[in-house]
Amino acid sequence: MKRVVITGAGTINALGHSVPATLEAMREGRCGIGPLAFRDVDRLSIRIGGQVRDYDPEAEFNRQQISLYDRFTQFTLLAAREAIAQSGLCFQDQLAARSGVILGTAGGGVQTWDENYRAVYEEGKNRVHPFVVPKLMNNAACSHVSMAYNLQGPSFTVATACSSSNHAMGQAFNMIRCGMADVMVTGGSESMLCFGGVKAWEGLRVMSKDACRPFSLGRNGMVQGEGAGIFVFEDYDHARARGAEILAEVAGFAMTSDAADIVMPSQQGAARAIAGAIRDARVDPSDVGYINAHGTGTAANDKTECAAVAEVFGPHADTVMMSSTKSMHGHLIGGTGAVELLACIMALRDGVIAPTIGYLEADPECALDVVPNVAREAHVDVVLSNAFAFGGLNAVLALKRVH
Amino acid sequence: MSDTVEDTVVRIIADQAMLEPSDIRMEQTLDDLGIDSLGLVESIFAIEETFDIQVPFNANDPAASDFDISSVASIVAAVRQLIADQKV
Repeated sequence: MKRVVITGAGTINALGHSVPATLEAMREGRCGIGPLAFRDVDRLSIRIGGQVRDYDPEAEFNRQQISLYDRFTQFTLLAAREAIAQSGLCFQDQLAARSGVILGTAGGGVQTWDENYRAVYEEGKNRVHPFVVPKLMNNAACSHVSMAYNLQGPSFTVATACSSSNHAMGQAFNMIRCGMADVMVTGGSESMLCFGGVKAWEGLRVMSKDACRPFSLGRNGMVQGEGAGIFVFEDYDHARARGAEILAEVAGFAMTSDAADIVMPSQQGAARAIAGAIRDARVDPSDVGYINAHGTGTAANDKTECAAVAEVFGPHADTVMMSSTKSMHGHLIGGTGAVELLACIMALRDGVIAPTIGYLEADPECALDVVPNVAREAHVDVVLSNAFAFGGLNAVLALKRVH
Repeated sequence: MSDTVEDTVVRIIADQAMLEPSDIRMEQTLDDLGIDSLGLVESIFAIEETFDIQVPFNANDPAASDFDISSVASIVAAVRQLIADQKV
């Protein structure tokens, strides 16, 4: 089996428009969540979110591109540009044929659905723009990345709600590991912060009106974010042969299904995925220094996740650090695991553990070291990134430092 | 609306529990009736739509809202209160 490493990373999210800006915000424990700004927000009862700010699509894309790129595709392309530039790769000939794109998104072009439903239902129009379908389809972002960079190998989009990008990255990892591809561009993107997107979430009554406070007593729900995280996964030998800078090694991946409930999480499903990723990475639970939690800030997720970690780690659960950066950038739904992987890379490379901000008081049902409010310096060699989706679909990645 | 508030709330809860309204007793809890958290959120939606009221309820902390869901009787009382408070 091949070893797989990360040689490029890119992002745009509520904390920043690049990886350095995002990591700086995470180190400082800055909150990117604020009042939502879009049409009809006054008709919502939930009015906060982690929106990408100071973003002008026309500064990045031309008119024809904007007519084809939903906001989730725009975010993907900007993050891909940063990641691929960092990797230094140029995809031609044989490498192009052996490189692909696997991305996660839960909703795809939600803003395009929203705008065009509004046009035909509310405004009574009988005609929509000719590119509505290619703009809103879930695989639009994946296809545009493949076109922009000439990636001709295995390419598709995964939609598993909040686990989408972890599932996507898991597939990319295994594809390189088994020799089907040399390089995979992978990660995920989401942009549901529009009237229809937030209105749908309001209905479930799990959203917070004030803040995302994972693992804290007094937490009252999740807060949505938007953006993208994109990575270049590469065969280790390929990366070494060309002298590429290696950010981290992708060491293991596991996925499980709760087979239980469409919204309530299950401890055993989560625990099996966490234990599976550790086993797949051929490390011991005591080697794991940091877990980037799913940590949504809902009552149900956070206590179930803590119980699952306690079950897998046993006595070592007291020494492992676990934080939820959703407290800063919000829950990016299908893109969330990708942006959160940045915190994992920061832990391995920079020795900085991103905090769980907004933390008020310890909850006895979440009695782990959740790195409250302030980032911490620590040396860690192995980290995990958890994602547990509605529908009970769990996906956990394990990353290692490369010596 | 010719139904009383009580009859209407009982009908909504009975629909959710897949029972006849005559099988619902006022002292029963949602748990007794086999209504889970998803069923509760759906019932609250039906109550809001039927009475044209806003029910303050966050599934993360049901106890924190003023809407008392501890029994059928308490839900009926809470709905009556909300109708009175939200009447324009």
